[in-house]
Amino acid sequence: MQSQATYNYKVVRQFSIMTVVWGIVGMLVGVIAAAQLVWPQLNVHEFLHFGRLRPLHTNAVIFAFGGCALFATSYYVVQRTCHTRLFAPGLAAFTFWGWQLVIVLAAITLPLGYTSSKEYAELEWPIDILIAIVWVSYAIVFFGTIAKRKVSHIYVANWFFGGFILTVALLHIVNSAAIPVSLTSMKSYSAYAGVQDAMIQWWYGHNAVGFFLTAGFLGMMYYFVPKQADRPVYSYRLSVVHFWALIFTYMWAGPHHLHYTALPDWTQSVGMVFSLILLAPSWGGMINGVLTLSGAWHKLRTDPILKFLITSLSFYGMSTFEGPMMSIKTVNALSHYTDWTVGHVHSGALGWVAMISIGSVYFLLPRLYGKSEMYSVKLINAHFWIATIGIVLYIASMWISGVMQGLMWRATNPDGTLTYSFVESVKASYPFWTIRFIGGALFLSGMFIMFYNMMKTIAGQKAYDAPVLAPAAAHA
Amino acid sequence: MDINDFRSLITVLGLLCFLGICAWAYSKHAKAGFDEAARLPLSDDDLPAPRGRQDQEGKKNG
Repeated sequence: MQSQATYNYKVVRQFSIMTVVWGIVGMLVGVIAAAQLVWPQLNVHEFLHFGRLRPLHTNAVIFAFGGCALFATSYYVVQRTCHTRLFAPGLAAFTFWGWQLVIVLAAITLPLGYTSSKEYAELEWPIDILIAIVWVSYAIVFFGTIAKRKVSHIYVANWFFGGFILTVALLHIVNSAAIPVSLTSMKSYSAYAGVQDAMIQWWYGHNAVGFFLTAGFLGMMYYFVPKQADRPVYSYRLSVVHFWALIFTYMWAGPHHLHYTALPDWTQSVGMVFSLILLAPSWGGMINGVLTLSGAWHKLRTDPILKFLITSLSFYGMSTFEGPMMSIKTVNALSHYTDWTVGHVHSGALGWVAMISIGSVYFLLPRLYGKSEMYSVKLINAHFWIATIGIVLYIASMWISGVMQGLMWRATNPDGTLTYSFVESVKASYPFWTIRFIGGALFLSGMFIMFYNMMKTIAGQKAYDAPVLAPAAAHA
Repeated sequence: MDINDFRSLITVLGLLCFLGICAWAYSKHAKAGFDEAARLPLSDDDLPAPRGRQDQEGKKNG
């Protein structure tokens, strides 16, 4: 019977739980790497050396934590807003197990030292092929579900998820093109050389930020903020313009990662200008999300999930203001290669990406187990405040140390010699690295609270699959 | 046509396409559809009926 059909919540449950698990793993590796900067004697073995743990940290938090959150929410949102069960459930299960295999392989090969040395694309060619296969399967499941939808509209969140899925497929396949040394060797060489290699890498790198870490999470915003606030998005028109403006602009911003390099000067300027233009759609989207709450601001006082979602938008606004500023060549001359960049990334990664994911998973978990709310709302609130304090400590310390490093590196004596040796700037950074370590540890401890809350919510509960609802009768 | 003319043309067409999308998004024509689409997440009750409520409904029915 059609009316007996249920949504495919199984794969959403699997990805939601692994979001929390990989969040803890990835952030723990990050905290260890932060500690290694403060106490270098913690670099105990080549497998656990900072140089190998750092890519493990970035891959784990972006692709394992962020990736699982994106799979979970996109599979949930596309089913609910299309009023139909997920297309190709077998393939959906494959995306879960395939993605977990990718993560495990990353956790093994990166400490062993296998790396293509491309940032955020360090994994070697056999794993890259697996990622491509999983990702194409993801696209088939997602767009297949949209194709068999029971409503005429494709809700805006699905546009963002869809844009993210297509673009990441393109980015990954193009940037990972490489020639293996032999079929039995993990070692490969990029298909590109010299400055083209650098440009393709940062075309990939910045769009990984723009589509993996932004468009996908904006998909979350456009569903979970209206849902949790129980109000439609502030302006649907703005959301449409927001989507297309991001699509048209993000692709060109990559060169700002290569200011003052061998990249042609005009290319750097194009990258800078498009990065500045990006401020408009980013803030348009942020305002659209925040104003969804207009008339319901009181809900922020009592609802910690909404606090996570709205605070994430504040950090999105902050980091998308900071980003265009840092892309200005003269500002970049100060900020590049310093901790300021690290602070900027974490303002986006912890403040925006992690907080909207955490809020969304808190929204999902009870619904996936047939409950109306988490085991403890108070613990969500505690998590929120610990995480927020952690982020503030993290980014404030990185701002200060970053600007300090930039100023120390550029300072010259009247005779033209450098005022400070590099190691003096390292020495001056220690107090800030300690504060960063504390901030990171706080954020991580919030994830442990979430894990406990999740286990308590799930304990003794049967997995629940909601019935597929017929679309609401003709809207007035 | 020089390849660079072609590149410029694509850029200009991209801009016009975007402006067209903006005009369409803010046209009266699109308004009704957008309002309907914006309700999609809200008109969909995704909370499982709490056991208490189910019992009550059961009693009402019985």
